[in-house]
Amino acid sequence: MLELKSVSKRFGGIVATDDVTLDVRRGEVHALIGPNGAGKTTLIGQISGNLGSDRGAIVFEGTDITHAAQHERVRAGLARSYQITSLFKRFTVLDNLALAVQARSGSSFSFWRPASAEALLFDEARAIAGEIGLAGRETAVAMTLAHGEQRALEVGLALATHPRLVLLDEPMAGMGPEESESMIALLGRIRARITVLLVEHDMDAVFRLADRISVLVSGRVIASGAPAAIRAHPEVRKAYLGEDANA
Amino acid sequence: MRRAAPWVVLALALAFPLAMQAEHQTYYLSFASRIFVYALAATSLNLILGYGGMISFGHAAFVGTGAYVSSILLSEGVASAWIGWPAAIAASALAALAIGAVSLRTRGAYFIMITLAFAQMMFFLVNSMKAYGGDEGLSLRERASVGLGLDLGSDVAFYYTALAALAAGLYGLHRLAHSRFGRVIQAIRENEERAEAIGFPVYRHKLACFVIAGAAGGLAGALLASHGKYVNPNVLHWTHSGTLMVMVILGGVARLWGGVIGAAALLGLEDLIANHRVEWLAAMLPNYQQHASLGVGTVLLAIVLFAPQGIAGMFARRKHA
Repeated sequence: MLELKSVSKRFGGIVATDDVTLDVRRGEVHALIGPNGAGKTTLIGQISGNLGSDRGAIVFEGTDITHAAQHERVRAGLARSYQITSLFKRFTVLDNLALAVQARSGSSFSFWRPASAEALLFDEARAIAGEIGLAGRETAVAMTLAHGEQRALEVGLALATHPRLVLLDEPMAGMGPEESESMIALLGRIRARITVLLVEHDMDAVFRLADRISVLVSGRVIASGAPAAIRAHPEVRKAYLGEDANA
Repeated sequence: MRRAAPWVVLALALAFPLAMQAEHQTYYLSFASRIFVYALAATSLNLILGYGGMISFGHAAFVGTGAYVSSILLSEGVASAWIGWPAAIAASALAALAIGAVSLRTRGAYFIMITLAFAQMMFFLVNSMKAYGGDEGLSLRERASVGLGLDLGSDVAFYYTALAALAAGLYGLHRLAHSRFGRVIQAIRENEERAEAIGFPVYRHKLACFVIAGAAGGLAGALLASHGKYVNPNVLHWTHSGTLMVMVILGGVARLWGGVIGAAALLGLEDLIANHRVEWLAAMLPNYQQHASLGVGTVLLAIVLFAPQGIAGMFARRKHA
């Protein structure tokens, strides 16, 4: 579904991603793990299109999207969420979601008709609010939400674009155990219809959700395979899992 | 109450000329017309600056383009406003398209500086147009004519024309702010990166917004030139852009009535200081009336410090409290 072919990105003298080749298959949850600074977020940026790539090619559903603008990739069904929550903070939950619905339904070069008259936008937004566990919170302003709720809305914004592949950058960042559980449950529900590339530090969540795992260290993929194989991979144990794997 | 307020204001504005006594009519109607025209210009700037979050420091370029295009047509014998004003709007929209297409590739301080630079380029261009007065400006024999039995030369007719243009501009902004497009523009202001990440072509939306604001600014410019029967290059000067920005900030950024309130407050204050001598103040500062901008600056400072949402925001908060 998604193929990265020798993709690289440098920032000045720093190599953030180095010759990354990766494929994400339709229907799977593919986890991308690696220590801090391994280049995971840079790679998400390159795939989603808000960072350009210096070398290599990105192919999504058979189309080369290496040079496509981010909004074109979103329209093609490739959306992302952010590790650092990025919402329309002064808008309500419902308005946040309705905007994302609007982005993929019809033209937004409509200057006269009130958008609030479009029941469809808000019906869909309400349905998504329910799915991400924010039913009853629709009229709350995004910046007033609790951290866990903001993280749910963060993922909800990506889901509202109706992606076929969603790139989730540490959806559980900063969450308590209970919030993590509901996020894992949400990802469990969406995996039936959306392919997921998941960057996550919570190893428990990764091993519960992932069909396959790729390990990124210093910008390079050092291993890629089924969870059991990754767990046993000596280089992975040494470079990343460390004590976690011995425990 | 809130819904009724605009209609009350409109009714008062419609009745205003009737309430004027003949002897004061010319002065006050002309002054009110000037406020309406500036209110339209400030409202058009508020669309990009307030709603769109694009801090343009070159809005005078579009007001000035409209003023000059309509004035040049008038001086060449094209008297009809139905030609002159659409031409002014079109020329300003085109200028906004060209300037916006380049400027909107930058952000933050760079955007402020590049819009300023473009406006100054146009200022010097107009300065060098010797055929149309150069730095001395261009005097018009008469105002544009609209036909329909109206003589814009009369202060009453011009007053109502300016009022109609402002009302149309405000209604247009109101509709736009709540439309799909308006919601995207405000979302881009809130979080540009995320707007792109949920699938909006951000640049195209910003450019469209910039062009609409430029076009409306062009109409204000055409009205401004007709109002004073005179135009000079200072209409494009960066300080004129600054005046419009002050109006928006004073009145209320991203508030429907912000441009109107700001224009009325700033022009009213200037007029008050210049034409109404306050004796006790004059006793302390004999020449204070020649330094009106100092007083205006003080008020602006107070607004920014104590009412950062502008005058319109001050009222909005009190209503909710």
